[in-house]
Amino acid sequence: MTIFFLVALFGLVAVLFALLVVASRQPMRAALALVAHMISLAAIYAALDVHVVALFQVLVYVGAVMVFMVYTIMLLDDRDPSYARPYAHRVPAALAALAVGVALLWAMGSPTAGGVNAPAPIEGLFGFRGFALGFMKQYAWHFELATVLLLVGIVAAWAAVREAVRDRA
Amino acid sequence: MNPAVYDLLIGLAVVLFAIGLAGVALRRNALVMVMCLELMINAVVLSFVAGAWRTQTLGGAAMSFFIFVAVTCEVALAMALLVLLSRRRGSLDLGSAPELKG
Repeated sequence: MTIFFLVALFGLVAVLFALLVVASRQPMRAALALVAHMISLAAIYAALDVHVVALFQVLVYVGAVMVFMVYTIMLLDDRDPSYARPYAHRVPAALAALAVGVALLWAMGSPTAGGVNAPAPIEGLFGFRGFALGFMKQYAWHFELATVLLLVGIVAAWAAVREAVRDRA
Repeated sequence: MNPAVYDLLIGLAVVLFAIGLAGVALRRNALVMVMCLELMINAVVLSFVAGAWRTQTLGGAAMSFFIFVAVTCEVALAMALLVLLSRRRGSLDLGSAPELKG
């Protein structure tokens, strides 16, 4: 019951900050709302005892990705009118998103309605030791491929920066 | 393990995904659209973690790790492109870049 209460509480906070991301007119406010949203999700993961993902969420998402985004906002002009001006067709867009949400909920139905017995929690599975051992046993090759993806990302970002330098010259 | 928690997690993931989708459709600034995409990705990660927690297997947690790697690449590239777009057009309004319509 404690887990249910914590998930419901932080879930509500996550939804509120997600709405704030969509509604904010100032980009910095939207970015900070996104940070708060991600920290709420990390709290949910911690409440579920999935500590390793909670730490990834805080370190990688909040610590790296969002800080990077905040730096980018500082580089850009925040008087850009497109921050304040929403897309013209508000009602169809909102209805489409609502329809997708309802369709997803309908498709999933009640996930536990089938009465599938959930296995008992495995001690330490999502702790650092358990995750690291299991991950490197099963996903070592995928991990190597992920490093290649990171390298491709670096090369692509470098190419974009070179383009910017060429523009300036 | 409380099955109601799993239902709550999946419902929460769906709601967050729909909010992110509404943001992508409603906002016309490219930077805010990227943030709304992050909301959608977070919802997907939440559903993977819920599955991993429910089945007590590593698959969902490992998938969320790979999603984090992909997101890092995506944001690094997206931010570089946004700065480039802003310098060239003077605005991040996607309506001012009609050649991006594919």
